[in-house]
Formats: sequence, C-alpha cells, structure tokens
Amino acid sequence: MSIKISEAPYKERIGKGIDNDFMRQAVSSAQGRFRNGRLTQAEELGNWEDWRQLGEEIRSHTLENIDYYLYQLSEEVEKRGGNVFFAETAEEANTYIENVVKKKNAKKVVKTKSMVTEEIGLNKTLEEIGAEVVESDLGEWILQLDEDPPSHIVTPALHKNRQQIKNTFQDKKGYDKSDTPEELASFAREQLRQDFLTADVGITGCNFAIAESGSVTLVTNEGNAEMVTSLPDTQISVMGMERLVPTWEDMEVLVSLLTRAAVGQKLTSYITTITGTRLEEEIDGPDDYHLVIVDNGRSKILGTEFQSALHCIRCAACINVCPVYRHVGGHAYNSIYPGPIGAVLTPLLDGYEDHKELPYASSLCAACTEACPVKIPLHEQLIRHREIIVEEEKKSPASEKIMMKGFAQWASNPAAYKLSTKVARSALKPWTKEEYVENGPGPLKGWTDVRDFPAPGKQSFRSWWNKRQKGGEA
Amino acid sequence: MKVSLFITCVSDIVFADVGKNTVELLERLGCEVDFPAAQTCCGQPAYNSGYLSEAKKAMKQMIKAFKDSEYVVGPSGSCVGMLREYPNVLKGDPEWEQPAIDLANKSYEVTQFIVDVLGITDVGSTFEGRVTYHPSCHMTRILGVKEAPTKLLKNVKGIDFVELPVKEDCCGFGGTFAVKNADISGEMVKEKSRHVSETEAEYLVGGDMGCLMNIGGRMRREGKNVKVMHITEILNTHVKEQGGVTA
Repeated sequence: MSIKISEAPYKERIGKGIDNDFMRQAVSSAQGRFRNGRLTQAEELGNWEDWRQLGEEIRSHTLENIDYYLYQLSEEVEKRGGNVFFAETAEEANTYIENVVKKKNAKKVVKTKSMVTEEIGLNKTLEEIGAEVVESDLGEWILQLDEDPPSHIVTPALHKNRQQIKNTFQDKKGYDKSDTPEELASFAREQLRQDFLTADVGITGCNFAIAESGSVTLVTNEGNAEMVTSLPDTQISVMGMERLVPTWEDMEVLVSLLTRAAVGQKLTSYITTITGTRLEEEIDGPDDYHLVIVDNGRSKILGTEFQSALHCIRCAACINVCPVYRHVGGHAYNSIYPGPIGAVLTPLLDGYEDHKELPYASSLCAACTEACPVKIPLHEQLIRHREIIVEEEKKSPASEKIMMKGFAQWASNPAAYKLSTKVARSALKPWTKEEYVENGPGPLKGWTDVRDFPAPGKQSFRSWWNKRQKGGEA
Repeated sequence: MKVSLFITCVSDIVFADVGKNTVELLERLGCEVDFPAAQTCCGQPAYNSGYLSEAKKAMKQMIKAFKDSEYVVGPSGSCVGMLREYPNVLKGDPEWEQPAIDLANKSYEVTQFIVDVLGITDVGSTFEGRVTYHPSCHMTRILGVKEAPTKLLKNVKGIDFVELPVKEDCCGFGGTFAVKNADISGEMVKEKSRHVSETEAEYLVGGDMGCLMNIGGRMRREGKNVKVMHITEILNTHVKEQGGVTA
C-alpha cells in the first residue's frame, strides 16, 4: 500500500460512501462520541485555547528549527547505541528496513500502528522478501486480515462492525465464538500473544520523538506497543521527519492535547518510550535499534504556505468533526490520510494529479480549523490548494474558468451587475414554477437534484431602494 | 450614526426583503442608512474556488464602492467575513492593502453591529411563534460572531426559542460546493433538515441567506411546512405592525 488506496475515480468513491448506510451510521455515532469527549475534556482543562496556543508554538518552533532538532535527535540516538537512517524517499526507507530484516534472517515481524509505514508501503516490501508481518494494533490487525485499508488515522477500522469482524476472524483465523467485543478481543489477544513471543523484529511508528534524549514515544490504549518494544531483540522505529519535539516537557503538552483531542481521554492507557539499545544494567530493551526518519516529500513542504500542515499530531479531531467525512467515510478520500488533514496533506505528499478533487471535498465550514489542537488553518490551506490547482496546475474545468472570468467582469462592473439584477428573474423564468426552480439548467442542476431553488424576487433590493429614495414606497 | 448597507448580491437579486428589513431595523435603531450603488459581490465565489485574480477584481470594486463609508453593515456573516479577509488577500499590494484594511475595520454583520457597536441587545420587537436558529459556519467560525444573533432573538417578545440540535454542523451550502459536490452537499442538507424537524419549530431563522436558501430549498422539496426567515425579519416585525417605533 502507499498513500493512494485504489484506482476508483472520485465520483464513484463518493457514491459508494454515500450508499454505505452501515458505514455512515458507524462513523456518525463515533464522531458524536469523539466530539463530545473532546469538548468535555477541553472544558475540564479550563484554558483549552491557551493549551492550543502552546501546542501551536511548540510545533511551529520545532518545524522552524527542524534541522537542528533532527541533528540533535540523531546524535542522541547514536549516543545510546542506536542507528539512524535518513530516508529521502519511501523506497530508501523500505530498502533500509528490508536489509535490517534480511540481516537478522527474520521470519516474523510484529508492528505497532504506524501511519508512515502505511504511507511507504512497508508491509508489502517485507512480505515480498518472505517475512511474515503482523500488525498488533487491534484495528490494524483486523484490517490486515481483511486486506482492507484504514479509513481513519486513529481508529483505522472505524467502518467495520463487530459482526463483520467476527466474520473476518472466522474466515481467516478459524474463530468459532460470538460477536461480543470481549470474546473477539480475547481471541485477538491470544493470537497476537504468540506472535509477540515468536517475532524476530519489532517495528514501531512514532507519535513523538524527543530530540533531547533520542527517545521515541508511542501512545496506545492496548498495550501492544509495550510487547513490540520489549520482546524482539531487534527494533526499528519509523517516523515522518516532522514528528519530533525538542524536550520531554514539550512532549507532555502535546500528549495532553493529542489524547484529549483524539478520543476525549485525559491520558491513554499506555505511553511507551524507546531510548536506544539496552544498557548493561537494564533488563529489557533491544540489542539492536534503528531509527528511520522518512522525508518522502515533507521537506518540500517546509518554507511554503503549507508548512503548518506538518504541525499535525495525527489526533483526527478534524476528521471527527468533518461533515463531509461523516457522509462519505474515509475510503472515499482514496488516501491513507482522509478527512480535512488528508485533503491538505495528500496532494502535498502524492501530487495533484491523482488527488485534485480532494481540496474541493469541503464546504469550507472551518469546523476542522476550530477543532485542531495545534491550530492548523485547514480550511484556508484547502483554498490555497484550489488556487494552485487553478492558477499553477491549470487543472480546473474549462466551463468553470469561463464562468469565473464572467464573474470577474460582472463583479467589477457596476453597470453589468445592475443589469443582472434586472434580468435574473426573467432569465430563470422558463424553469420557474410557483416562485421556485425544481429542475434547473446547467450548473443549477446539481442544486435542484436535491433541493428547490428560489426564483429571484419581483424586484431587486436596489430597485426598491431607488424607488424609496424618490419618495414612492416600493 | 451613518451606516452604509452592504446588501450582498444574493439578497439584492433574490431576497430583496432582507435588505428592506435591514434598512428599516437600522433606521429604527437610530442609524442613517445609505446604499452605495457601486457595490457588487464580495468575491467569495471566486475566492473560495481558487480564482484569486478574479476574486481580487470583485474585491477592488467593493473597496471603491465603500471608500467613503463610516460603517459598512451587511445581513450576512459569510459575506462580511469575506470583507474582513480582504487585508490577507491583498497583503503586500502597495495600492490596495491599506484600503482593504480600512474596509475590513469598518465592516460588520448586522447583528454584530447592533450588539457590539450600537450596544443594543433588545431591539423591541415582538414575534409569536416557535423559532429555531441555524448559526452559519462563516458567521461563527470565520467572522467569530457566536452570541449576538441569539442574544437579540431571545429578547424578542413572545418568541418561543428552541435550540437546534448539533447546530454548529454545516448545512452543506458552501457556495460552489453545493453545485460542485452536489451529492455530498445533498446529504449534509438532508441531515440539517432532519435536525430542524426535531425541534418542531415553525420558523427556521439564520443570518446567512445562502444557508437558508439551501435548507429552505431542501425542506420545501421534502414538503415540510417550516418557514425560513432571515433574522432581520423577526427583529423588524414590531415595526411593521406598529408603524415604526424608535429605539
């Protein structure tokens, strides 16, 4: 897998999402839970806006000095016995990891949840060299068994219900119990325990790397990261190059924002940290540790108007409030990064060609911007994308270009504008019935497919005003 | 106080009553209202679609039209929000940046103007009926006006005000979004229409005709008997019935 998850065209994906009643029900109720949880936690904290401000400051300070902190991070990791590899591309990252796995002659690799390894398609690379790769996050494991891509960045299997999960376990793992969450989870636990014990290599993602100590921190609720980071002797952490903070103190602020914004928790059940290899006096930790820092298009975003998109701490608060996401689901975005942040990041990381519709898949309601705990102006960045698509990429439809040229002439010429206020009503007359258009022509058709359009009034405001000024009440 | 009405193109062409109510309301509250005839559209359809140079042409026309105004007041959170965005759009333009800042600084949405500038929270109107209010996204999140409209509504005599469930959710209008992504927009407005029905309100009130045109159009399609009104219509009701009352 890579960033893009299918070849289906945009309209088809949207239609498929809208027609999936079960998925929409699941997404809608999850959004409600997450959103209320976030609001409750924000209120309990009291000064949420101050926290957001602090979060934004930490992220923007880090990004502005990213060269310094990446250097510090790599020095600290190496000081503590780890190896650091800077991968410019997905291929470079995969090749490096493949070589570590090959060198260990590893048969089995266990992983924690990691969006960046989805992004670079790591599992496929490792499977091609014959290694068995096991996802140990419950949601990711379900999707792996089902060969289904994630539809959400925090709860990847959000689109599935327990009956579907039970069926997957039955078909793929011979499960023969009920669809109660307890029995399903208990089965997953037994299965995964064997994998933890027999794995040769553990691969983790990274929520926050801490530059001052060369540590990688993972935020989970299932404890699977504890197993992945304490059992196999060889450990590899993979991080997007922006996913670091200067200090532990900064990490504490961002984790507080992350868990609250993501799922409405004060703290997750587990915060796991890996710092280099096992020291002589320590009883656990890896003998061999690698940190792979992935660029894959990120450094091209630095210094542009999109830099703050790299502030993202992957909490999905924007996804959880997005009405578009609610109705079409994650897969419709055709990216492992769905929702508003996905619509911003995906064209940046994977180009406009395959993703040129995404920046328009938003009513610009700005619920995302308001929810973001690190204050990324998401809806504004969607407008910036549209500007690039129109003015640089020249990918907007010809009919739209003509309309907008006409718009500019109309709106910059008061005489033309005034004329339009006079003729609008008669122009729509052929389609008007009882003061409404129910089946409109041209661009109005999309509108009238779902709702009626009011006919322009019998007189414009300005004509009423002029009559009133002349002394005759209109 | 001298106020220039920024009518917005939608209300100028489609909903003239919104302008009439705004003018009458402001006059009743002691303002002297004028209407600069050179005004057109704020440019938002082009700006939000990524047509920056086209949008700037509209913006410059609007800046010229309101050059001499003391206050610019409009019956739309979204369109006024656009005016307030002009300084960011025209930043660095030696000729237009300062005029853009000037316009942004004197522009207000009508309820915002009444509450924040005139300092009035009870406009002395009377309205009988069960009313719910949709706080449009651009009014609340772009312009940052969250309380003024409901403050004014709740002080209307005789009103039976009921909160709209999940009121902060977008109705699916989004300007060109409603046409370009009509499928998604349709699902959003269906959901909003369901929420309006849950309130059992007879009137849906809002501060942005784009959103009201969208929700109202959907409810009409569904055969629902809910009357859609711009907030100034309710705030101006008293005047019409009593033939003009001064504040």
